[in-house]
Amino acid sequence: MSRLSDHNVVLAKEIIARYPKQKSALIPLVHLSQEQNGYVTEDAMRHIAELVNVTPAEVLGTASFYEMFKFEPVGKYVVNVCTTLSCALLGAGELMHHAEEKLGVKAGGTTADGLITLEPAECQAACTEAPCLQVNYRHKYRVTPADFDAMIDDLRAGKLDGEIPPHGTLGTQRQHIPDDKGVGAVHPDDVTDGPAWIPAPAPEESN
Amino acid sequence: MSEETEAPDVDPTDDATPDGDTVVEAVEPEPEPDPNAVAVTLNGREVVAQKGDLVIAVAESNGATVPHFCYHPRMSSVGMCRQCLVEVDTGRGMQLQPSCMITVSPDMKIETESPTAKRAQEGMVELLLANHPLDCPVCDKGGECPLQDQAFAHGPGESRFVEEKRHYEKPIPISDLVLLDRERCILCDRCTRFADEVAGDKLIHFTQRGNNTQVMTFPDEPFASYFSGNTVQICPVGALTAEPYRFKARPWDLDQVESTCTTCSVGCRTVVQSSRDELLRYQGVDSDPVNHGWLCDRGRFNFEATNSDHRITDPMVRTDAGLIETRWSGAMSSAVGLINEALSTGGPDSIAILGGARGSNEDAFAWGQLADAIDVPYRDAQLGDGLPIEVLGQRRATIDEAANAATIVLIGPDLKEELPVLFLRLRDAAEKGRSKIVEFSAVETGMSRYAWKSIRHESGTQHDAVTAAVADADIAAQLASGPVVVVVGRPNLAESADATVAALQNVLNAVPAAKVLPALRRGNVVGALSLGMAPTSPDGDAIAALNAAADGKIGLLILVGSDPLNDCPDTELARRALAGARRIISVDTHPSESTHLADVVLAAAAYGEKSGTTTNLEGRVTTLAQKVTAAGTARPDWMIAVELGTSIGDRSFTGDHPLADVATVDDVTDAIAATAPLFPAVTREALAASVDGVMSAQPAAALPDVTVEVGGRNSYDYRLVVNRKLYDRAVGTAMSPSLAKLAPGAGAHVHPLDLDGIGVAAGSDVRLISAKATAVLPVIANNNVPRGVVWAPFNQSGAGSIEDIIDAAAATTDVRIERI
Ligand code: SF4
Ligand code: SF4
Ligand code: FES
Ligand code: FES
Repeated sequence: MSRLSDHNVVLAKEIIARYPKQKSALIPLVHLSQEQNGYVTEDAMRHIAELVNVTPAEVLGTASFYEMFKFEPVGKYVVNVCTTLSCALLGAGELMHHAEEKLGVKAGGTTADGLITLEPAECQAACTEAPCLQVNYRHKYRVTPADFDAMIDDLRAGKLDGEIPPHGTLGTQRQHIPDDKGVGAVHPDDVTDGPAWIPAPAPEESN
Repeated sequence: MSEETEAPDVDPTDDATPDGDTVVEAVEPEPEPDPNAVAVTLNGREVVAQKGDLVIAVAESNGATVPHFCYHPRMSSVGMCRQCLVEVDTGRGMQLQPSCMITVSPDMKIETESPTAKRAQEGMVELLLANHPLDCPVCDKGGECPLQDQAFAHGPGESRFVEEKRHYEKPIPISDLVLLDRERCILCDRCTRFADEVAGDKLIHFTQRGNNTQVMTFPDEPFASYFSGNTVQICPVGALTAEPYRFKARPWDLDQVESTCTTCSVGCRTVVQSSRDELLRYQGVDSDPVNHGWLCDRGRFNFEATNSDHRITDPMVRTDAGLIETRWSGAMSSAVGLINEALSTGGPDSIAILGGARGSNEDAFAWGQLADAIDVPYRDAQLGDGLPIEVLGQRRATIDEAANAATIVLIGPDLKEELPVLFLRLRDAAEKGRSKIVEFSAVETGMSRYAWKSIRHESGTQHDAVTAAVADADIAAQLASGPVVVVVGRPNLAESADATVAALQNVLNAVPAAKVLPALRRGNVVGALSLGMAPTSPDGDAIAALNAAADGKIGLLILVGSDPLNDCPDTELARRALAGARRIISVDTHPSESTHLADVVLAAAAYGEKSGTTTNLEGRVTTLAQKVTAAGTARPDWMIAVELGTSIGDRSFTGDHPLADVATVDDVTDAIAATAPLFPAVTREALAASVDGVMSAQPAAALPDVTVEVGGRNSYDYRLVVNRKLYDRAVGTAMSPSLAKLAPGAGAHVHPLDLDGIGVAAGSDVRLISAKATAVLPVIANNNVPRGVVWAPFNQSGAGSIEDIIDAAAATTDVRIERI
């Protein structure tokens, strides 16, 4: 049921074809499945394993390394409140506390309506704009409790739909690489000499 | 124990440097300098290594101890644990380097025990213990744990960590046999690497990241590898434990001897460990030409069968009240009486001896001598499930030769199911690019995905498939490119051996220099066939014997550790034979359907209860060791056979008969070396002197001429392919509770599209009708089964029995599938 849709299988095959080793398409396909279902389902991992010819355990092992892949259902919006130093100094703790009260869930939880998941996060590289957070990885800067409330209300009212797509969405436009524009990667087993930008070693001299 | 492959037995405090004596060079011509030699300085001492050697291996083989966890000589280096840090100078000053990740270079200086190296090693131990629960007192590994030992030898003695440790649910099963305690795991990647590199079953993997990294399976997809027990053996901590051994003993209570696994004919080297006279564990021993330290789970865990309560502990004789236990003297005189009775009523031609492939060389030899003394025409160590003896007469390859051949031609069963560690060796050859495998098979096997060419043919036509293949330009070029080894066994129990013999002949015609490795399954089948338990003519083989018995021509059937009702593919014939044989003597370890029918049952000592020698499929003879006392009053087979042989009147072993005067098993081993034509080299001295065993000689024989008659298959028929799975109803498995539950169970596997065609739903019972009989079995939809084929696992428990419809006389078996 939550395997890749027919449409996504077509896309998956296109992605796989770009790589000299099928297995290299694993991460892009996990993204694809997260885009489809909002999180990475077990069935999708099995399906990906079939598509790139590895075991489901390998898919899980690889995918679970990455924080941004979710293996449990999450809200349509994942709100990551930065709790690292700069933000912490400028009120991230209070902001998180406020967020928990406002949403009625603990950090890590999802609201009962399934709309919002609240998570603590490490530095989001916006320290000059502390305290900050991300909604589906879109930054919000210098967030006050009032800003937070307004943002949640907007999310609930659907006012940010144009700006913030549902969790898992990779982009609004998918790039299709025409066949003749690919880099033409070579299978590692078929690589015989060094990369083109490194001059070939001079023929061996006797000192 | 888990480390016998690696930790050389050296005292690290030993000063290994030469003691200053000047070595006087003999005036000899300078030997050619070895172009691969690399001189390095190890702890101040000059040593010579080979180009490409890892620093850790050079250090260890020269007497220096380098603590390590992830490094394993039979797997690639990954540098996971950092415990093997040593100081290395390659001309830029001393630097700490993980010694398992760098190879030697000329003039390299290596310090394994310098203060800096020691400090780094201590630091690593401290880090590894930061999250380790230190629950050694309740840990199976305590006492033989590399982490414990190395923390003691190379650890700082105290930890600076005061933080709470990482916590996980204590052991979780990752398969039916193996449990994982993630708290104890030090993330060395040995188990996961083994699953990937050695077994090819990537069912366990590191998941998550950082502090949460853990070994895990995919949900609902257990680590159901046939080789899972090896991960328990190589885990350097107590994170992986095996169900059959958990909490059974402390390592210091275990006593051990080295022996050989006789579960199949690969003959993996093992140590057999016991405590309080009970077998508790087998561990793999690294035998370079054979098993590289690995065992399959069937061989590793079937000690449970020896320990089983369902043993035949005492001899039994049939009375009006059924089989009753008796004393040996009574049972033996009954047995002798039966032999004499058969001799006097029907003569030697009315006696058949079947079996012997599950015992030792000594057992087989003694039975063979008894058969000779009686002049029995019917004798066979295979039960219609093997190959003609002449296959052993081809130029035989060793496992090493097979695993290094340019081309391996595989005509035979699924090696993963029947000869698991041979599968590992050949898989390795293919994966590392040493060999190309050309497989001929009617169905997909465990080897198919590693084969260069996996050629599907209809069962019974492999000889034609070979002819076509050798005419193919690519394949012919490959066959001509280097040494060729043909691995040949019985690919389908529902077809006769003819097509396989013809296929082998066709390969040998195309590549006369090819060598042959017989893939016959039973532990000592090669030994038994070479030591007198081979039929003396094709008219005296097991199928002929069973037919004679079914026709009432057999007065006495002697079953030596064999159960025709389970071992012979044609169960219906076996059933008629057991009913038709006037008398039956069964010599066995466990009760079976056949022992229930016997008139005299003689209790035999099982594996681990007797010593001697065994011969593997290469002809390699290694020793078997007794570790525990036999159940009840059970005796080794050779003793029973010798006693019978000395009590049968004027046919008795007397005078200078090699077995006339033997008292111990060693005497029998000596008698074999002295008289068996293929075993003159196999003396006890030679065996004691060689770590890898002694090769027996090889007979030379031409393959029999066969005419393969394979009828065309009707379009509504399905061709039957029946194969052994690793786990079946054979005693070793069925009597080992941990393994018995792993058997897949009976069923007829059919391609889903064929099922649609017949209009039956997967899982429902169908009627399978062959020319001979009908069986009712559940059908299983299986995408791996080719169209037009019914595939079924052999000798499985379940409602129906596929063996009922196999005809030993037929070239192939075709069946019709009917809805019920
Ligand atoms: S379970 Fe054992 S073998 Fe596997 S990674 Fe952990 S410590 Fe290493
Ligand atoms: S492969 Fe054969 S000999 Fe080796 S452990 Fe398994 S059963 Fe025993
Ligand atoms: S600390 Fe919050 S963005 Fe860097
Ligand atoms: S043994 Fe070298 S890093 Fe583990």
